[in-house]
Amino acid sequence: MVSLLLPFVDAYGDAGLGLLGDPTRRAIFELLARRPSSVGELAQQLPVSRPAVSQHLRVLKDGGLVVDQAQGTRRVYRLNPAGVTALRAYLDRIWDDALTAFQKAVEAPDDREQEH
Amino acid sequence: MNMAPTIPPLGGKVTVGVPVERAFRVFTDSFTTWWPPDYHIGGAAMAEAILEPREGGRWYERGVDGTECDWGRVLAWEPPHRLVVTWQVNGHWQFDADPAHASEIEVRFTAAGPEQSTVELEHRLLDRLVDGQALRDGISGGGGWSAILELFAKAAANEE
Repeated sequence: MVSLLLPFVDAYGDAGLGLLGDPTRRAIFELLARRPSSVGELAQQLPVSRPAVSQHLRVLKDGGLVVDQAQGTRRVYRLNPAGVTALRAYLDRIWDDALTAFQKAVEAPDDREQEH
Repeated sequence: MNMAPTIPPLGGKVTVGVPVERAFRVFTDSFTTWWPPDYHIGGAAMAEAILEPREGGRWYERGVDGTECDWGRVLAWEPPHRLVVTWQVNGHWQFDADPAHASEIEVRFTAAGPEQSTVELEHRLLDRLVDGQALRDGISGGGGWSAILELFAKAAANEE
């Protein structure tokens, strides 16, 4: 199974990071990481219109990060269950943010640390 | 059969203007002061992120409602130069308790001068995390591989 996933990583591994460069798209991606949702549910949680959400979802789907599935009358979006690109892209974002935050904290003036 | 890792490790590196001892201390003791609070898995907002300072220690979050969610375990505690923890949070933002699905994070602290340190982070063994996730997806009846395997199972059953 793992070896079958490899071409997928090669094809989309770096593209995934580019796709998540847009803040709204990243927000959608992060909401879907928490739970599968419909376009309407995503739009309710974001300051953008439903058509805008749909458009971002299409880009994420074309990039292999997100898949959709009909559930009754609804279409539900979720992260690609194969998971490699989505997980890797998201973790990469986390480490980037975390190391930046760490750098800021560690270089803060001494008195801050002494309070602890 | 043991397969070589196919998902390349992730990582990052920062240089900070403090001695290596302080870099290690802030990274670990003061973990909760700098960890981005948006990155958590509990249902409630995160109140605290805790890294227990010993081998075998827990690495977890505590929510504002008091609930605790594990992220992983401390595998190596070697102040002030090296820290290894497991990361057992999968793509569904759920803790996977199975050690076979645990990915690893190694953080190395190296002196780059009397008042400067390099902090390098490597997140590896991502295959384990993804294997666990694929397994879980299969159980919960998602698309992708599980759908293909279901078709296969049906086909195989019809052969008999």
